[in-house]
Amino acid sequence: MSTAETNKPATGIGAHLGSHLRENGMMLALIAIVLFFFIIVRAVQGVDFLSAQNITNLFLQNSYVIIMALGMLLVIVAGHIDLSVGSVAAFTGAVASMLLVRMDLPVLLVIPMVLVVGGLIGAAQGYWIAYWRIPSFIVTLAGMLVFRGLTLWLLGGQNIGPFERSFQALSTGFIPDLFGPDKPNVTAMLLVALAAAAIVWAGIRGRAREAEFGIAPEPAGFFWARNAVVVIALLFVGWKLASFRGLPNVLLVMSVLIVLYAFFTESTTTGRRIYALGGNEKAAKLSGIKTERLVFFTFVNMGVLASLAGMIVTARLNSATPKAGVGFELDVIAAVFIGGASMTGGSGRIIGVVVGALIMGVMNNGMSIMGIGIDYQQVIKGLVLLAAVIFDVYNKNKQG
Amino acid sequence: MTAILEMQGITKTFPGVKALSNVNLSVEPGEIHAICGENGAGKSTLMKVLSGVYPHGSYEGEILYDGKPARFRDIRDSEHAGIVIIHQELALVPLLSVAENLFLGNEVATGGIINWPLAYQKTEALLKKVGLTEAPTTKVEKLGVGKQQLVEIAKALAKNVRLLILDEPTAALQENDSQKLLDLMLELKGQGVTQIIISHKLNEIRRVADRVTVIRDGSTVSTLTRAEITEDRIIRDMVGRDMAHRYPERTPRIGEMLMEVRNWSVMHPDQPRQVIRDVSIDVRKGEIVGIAGLMGSGRTEFAMSLFGRSYGRDIQGEVTLGGAKPDLSTVSRAIDAGLAYVTEDRKALGLILEEPILRNVSLANLEGIAKGFVLSRGREQQVAEKYRSAMNIRTPSVFQRVMNLSGGNQQKVVLSKWLFTDPQVLILDEPTRGIDVGAKFEIYNIMNDLAAQGHGVIMISSEMPELLGMCDRIYVMNEGRIAGELTREEASQERIMALILQDGMKGDAA
Repeated sequence: MSTAETNKPATGIGAHLGSHLRENGMMLALIAIVLFFFIIVRAVQGVDFLSAQNITNLFLQNSYVIIMALGMLLVIVAGHIDLSVGSVAAFTGAVASMLLVRMDLPVLLVIPMVLVVGGLIGAAQGYWIAYWRIPSFIVTLAGMLVFRGLTLWLLGGQNIGPFERSFQALSTGFIPDLFGPDKPNVTAMLLVALAAAAIVWAGIRGRAREAEFGIAPEPAGFFWARNAVVVIALLFVGWKLASFRGLPNVLLVMSVLIVLYAFFTESTTTGRRIYALGGNEKAAKLSGIKTERLVFFTFVNMGVLASLAGMIVTARLNSATPKAGVGFELDVIAAVFIGGASMTGGSGRIIGVVVGALIMGVMNNGMSIMGIGIDYQQVIKGLVLLAAVIFDVYNKNKQG
Repeated sequence: MTAILEMQGITKTFPGVKALSNVNLSVEPGEIHAICGENGAGKSTLMKVLSGVYPHGSYEGEILYDGKPARFRDIRDSEHAGIVIIHQELALVPLLSVAENLFLGNEVATGGIINWPLAYQKTEALLKKVGLTEAPTTKVEKLGVGKQQLVEIAKALAKNVRLLILDEPTAALQENDSQKLLDLMLELKGQGVTQIIISHKLNEIRRVADRVTVIRDGSTVSTLTRAEITEDRIIRDMVGRDMAHRYPERTPRIGEMLMEVRNWSVMHPDQPRQVIRDVSIDVRKGEIVGIAGLMGSGRTEFAMSLFGRSYGRDIQGEVTLGGAKPDLSTVSRAIDAGLAYVTEDRKALGLILEEPILRNVSLANLEGIAKGFVLSRGREQQVAEKYRSAMNIRTPSVFQRVMNLSGGNQQKVVLSKWLFTDPQVLILDEPTRGIDVGAKFEIYNIMNDLAAQGHGVIMISSEMPELLGMCDRIYVMNEGRIAGELTREEASQERIMALILQDGMKGDAA
């Protein structure tokens, strides 16, 4: 039969765009939203949306969503959900404040201790989900109530703070300029330029390897155009940050985590097995994959990331409050789905989740600057989430 | 007599594919008309055109029903005209009662209020027609697949069906349920219901069909009358070549002992009864060993309990594999020990349908494409390409999702996955279920190659001719026991059935 010869996949820019519609579409949507706010905010408010200060703010405001979304992607890819992350973040933030303020422990001891607490909370929930097969929706709904209640109990209804500078630095600190205090911040510029170079280098190496194995590569023009956009955006952000206070610590933490999780999900055996588990649990099991252990792991991981986010939020507010983290789970889950993860598990990419979280974050920030009320903001965010998922489903149906 | 149904020059194109090309089908009133063809030949597409799933205007050609042009916009339209299609996957609601299912969407009601006494009365009458004695309030989930199939037919009768279409009605049925269903078809024929049956099972077609239309590659090849229906003729028309040899030639070269299972016993996972009792089997290098038996005889349960205890509890018995006593306590250890199990249900248990071919091939041996924890996607692709050409998987690329492949090609992907784990013994559970004649032949060839390379192959099948055609030795299982063992020379369908029946009587006496 000659089907193998005649049905060679179509090559060229059009076909490539088609098969990567989702990812490229998301990137374009993010750029479009940023430009939209840039123009509107300037016209209406006369303010620079892309000012150094606002860009810094954007990262500080959204770091916790992105960090938790990394863990939530794994949970959702595995076919589960975690509704408790907001409460867990609040609780672990409260634990951190108790250890720091009441017990006066050193910051470098408190941070790992709280991460362990987060892991234990994840383990406590994951145990029932993985080994007892209690639906994750139920277990984490219970967890959401339990840890919110424990937060109130621990804090006795009060705020606890402030913290010493070294803990605050977790969120509001900046990487010091090794080349002296003059503006612009040379260290920041260098780091960003290095990151940009690394991205391009990884891209070129990936292309070379694809060519070696005979994989039809992305059209060259398209590859360079995409990289040019990414590099320009990075350098622009870097330059802006350098002319303000430099690179926020939290941006560095977040970037390292993004790279780690992207590598983990796409290039490791364990990462791949999580996708297999979400795609067809029974088939994965019969292929020798220890599905229970993997589900358990995704929840432990989620707990650790939630506690990191909890500490960042607490450090940013400079106090642990009973109301911290209310509604975080919704932002995090929305970011994952806007980022293209499948509702039934088995698919979704880290880069999509990051872009999804940034879209939510930019919209929050932009609408707040414009003075749009919280009522309309929620309506608009809801509609964006709905539109993104409808777009996915529509595309899937079209592909058959 | 004029035809009740006349489909003329039906052509249906999907983006990039011509699924049907100028198909003609003529069905006489009161006959049973069979449609044959390989998977992907266009049978189901043709039936979807007929029943309005693909509405008028989305295809070319003309449908004459009762001599008048029919233009169905959807299924409701065609059902109004008395055309009812029963799909392979049954469309019953398991948690509703039989009565509720029969009149679903068509309730016995006035002004939206259901008249239950009348509904139950009608249900009983309809159930009687199809030979069921269940109470109308029985929940459908309590019924076996065979009875559910009969409920589907009763549901069609409730709609005053004149043309009943059955899409592979016996695919999931046991032998005696199949016979009942075929009897019912003949009975309905006597009552004047015209029927179309799509089936892969040629012996069934010969039994009930008055005429057969064979479709190949989206076109009508032939329409045969009852006198012309022979398996050889149908197969020739289906595959377009002579299949004098349905099973490839092979000279077995059987070597030393590879795997011995002794006194294997398994308890049901959640009921206090033994499912497998004292089963002992041997497999030698280069040997194809069959396991015959009726549905529910414990063949799949035996295989899965052996394969990393993926079925049952309190598993006892001894296994020797390649001279060693392997650890088979988990699936991954069983794989490491050199065992592979190719499931009977490849869509639910064998494949990740949403994922591309290459990821499915590597799934059971990710270490084989990784350095430490880090995957090499290039290596993964090379492996997939290797099996694509070795197995002749027909696909434009290994990046194709497996859900878009035909049953035969999907099965080749599953086989590739297991071969990549480099097993010593492969257990193939119903390896040719739901795949067409041409692809079956390819699977048989692959099995013979595996045996020739010195693997041990265990083949579980419900199709006795296939076991007789392929195996060097056949174990017969019944009620969780080995009822007997036959060599290639001894084996025949009669001997196998006799062993099952004798064992059944022993079981009753005990």
